[in-house]
Amino acid sequence: MSSTIAVVGASLAGLSAARALRDQSYDGRIVVIGDEVHAPYDRPPLSKEFLAGTASPEDIALGAPDDEDLGLEWRLQTTAVGLDHLSRTVLLHDGTEVRADGVVLATGARARRLPGSEGLDGVHVLRSLDDAIALREDLAAAGRLVVIGAGFIGAEVAATARKLGLEVTVVETQPVPLAGPLGADMGAVCAGLHADHGTRLLTGTGVARLLGTGRVEAVELTDGTRLPADVVVVGIGATPNIEWLAHSGVALGNGVLTDARGATNTPGVVAVGDCAAAWSATAERHVRIEHWTNALEQPATAVATLLGAGGPVPTPVPYFWSDQYGARIQFAGSRREGDVARVVEGSCDDRSFLVVYERDGQPVAVLGMNQPRLFTRWRRQLRAAVPTAS
Amino acid sequence: MIPVCPTTALPPGEATRVEADEPIAVFNVDGEFYAIDDTCTHQDASLADGWLDGCTVECPLHASCFDLRTGKVSGPPAKTPVRTHQVVVQDGMVYVQAGTTADGIA
Ligand SMILES: Cc1cc2nc3c(=O)[nH]c(=O)nc-3n(C[C@H](O)[C@H](O)[C@H](O)COP(=O)(O)OP(=O)(O)OC[C@H]3O[C@@H](n4cnc5c(N)ncnc54)[C@H](O)[C@@H]3O)c2cc1C
Ligand SMILES: NC(=O)c1ccc[n+]([C@@H]2O[C@H](COP(=O)([O-])OP(=O)(O)OC[C@H]3O[C@@H](n4cnc5c(N)ncnc54)[C@H](O)[C@@H]3O)[C@@H](O)[C@H]2O)c1
Ligand code: FES
Repeated sequence: MSSTIAVVGASLAGLSAARALRDQSYDGRIVVIGDEVHAPYDRPPLSKEFLAGTASPEDIALGAPDDEDLGLEWRLQTTAVGLDHLSRTVLLHDGTEVRADGVVLATGARARRLPGSEGLDGVHVLRSLDDAIALREDLAAAGRLVVIGAGFIGAEVAATARKLGLEVTVVETQPVPLAGPLGADMGAVCAGLHADHGTRLLTGTGVARLLGTGRVEAVELTDGTRLPADVVVVGIGATPNIEWLAHSGVALGNGVLTDARGATNTPGVVAVGDCAAAWSATAERHVRIEHWTNALEQPATAVATLLGAGGPVPTPVPYFWSDQYGARIQFAGSRREGDVARVVEGSCDDRSFLVVYERDGQPVAVLGMNQPRLFTRWRRQLRAAVPTAS
Repeated sequence: MIPVCPTTALPPGEATRVEADEPIAVFNVDGEFYAIDDTCTHQDASLADGWLDGCTVECPLHASCFDLRTGKVSGPPAKTPVRTHQVVVQDGMVYVQAGTTADGIA
């Protein structure tokens, strides 16, 4: 009897899992279930080239010509609403089900919304292609943009909107943007990018409420300041899409909990990408990585686990990039509070530098701004330095 | 032919970018010179900044690998090959013949 593997979530992690299954010689049936109407597409351009109008939906399609040969059974516009772990059956919104021998959970994350912003026109989040289309249309007719949150979405949307000629204000609760991933010093350098390009950045301040009837007119801050706005973008983080697994018996935390090889507590069920919190031996806790390269690479290991193949436990060096105001930011490694950031090349003032983060004198992470070549060498060095556990 | 640099300025394991209508990346692999389009076919990254491993270069942004001899891409996210260009070494100088494939076919 031919076996079936169900992949739930039809984006980068799901498609990568389907490709990895074929790569690893799985020749059974693969059903890919996704709730969006679109075939898999790439999200990073949504805040960059696509929002700027220089990339089309075709440009950002993830599918490659070779994917035709994978023989995948697509169930798009189909929402998984539950999982029966005993029979490994995925329950679908239309009452049908997919019974499988193995399940790959790849349902990603969604944008957090600002309470009280429901039903107000002109207020956007940015996660999906449809979000990006709606935002792009709204920006085309707008003069003043207020961005709430100075994280990745906030910084990239602000940069793109400035390029489109809008007046932009960014509001951030923390004293420094991107301090979580980059540390306060380097976050301050990123704050400088906003200033360089005429974006007003207000830090250490929260949002009290949005004003307007029918359509947003202003953002009121906790200190009473009113910022007039034609459009508001909310970029205050992402939440893993795991509620549908609530009664499945699959262990959940801040994401689907897995071991370092992608296995959940449920036999025959693995999880990958933005929805998965994998055990990290280095961090000594479950870590949910919300970056593209993780969603691309992690499925190969999880699929090997599902197919019962052994192999060494991967100790990946997390990597992400971000494009802000024409500056290319690249980061690799695992940074913790207390690590010392040392500039080893260039200067922060020139917006062209390489910074190495050290712990007990050893490099643990590296950050480059407009230094792709040097960054690549350091990233390699970090990868070589990380021991492979067995 | 576009002059690139003296052979001594491009030691084994190194790469350089030359400006042309489309920028070109030139690599020295153990004394052999190869030239391909510099801009990755996926997004905006310079392959001369990439990681050289044998006869392949890994894109510095999203790690698609391109074969320097054929231009072929090994896997996602890039979907299409880069063009290769013929390299000529003359009197200690490296030149590229833009628009001709490495095997001499235009
Ligand atoms: C605007 C934007 C820009 C970004 N830029 C960068 C960047 O520059 N660099 C970087 O490293 N990372 C970036 N990222 C992050 C990167 O895109 C994500 O890490 C990546 O998309 C994660 O892939 P995934 O497949 O795990 O999840 P997702 O891409 O979130 O996909 C999950 C899919 O599952 C679907 N789904 C959810 N629930 C169900 C259900 N119950 N049934 C069926 N289907 C379901 C979702 O609709 C979605 O299609 C960006 C993200 C966004 C939104
Ligand atoms: N280049 C990249 O890697 C990239 C680009 C875009 C998006 N993404 C991913 O998309 C997801 C969402 O991105 P994001 O930027 O929304 O999340 P984020 O977590 O990167 O940033 C959220 C920011 O909003 C701030 N914030 C939270 N609540 C706030 C409030 N009420 N008012 C003002 N500020 C508030 C936080 O302090 C933080 O700085 C993440 O998973 C992110 O990794 C990644
Ligand atoms: S830009 Fe080269 S792989 Fe993406």
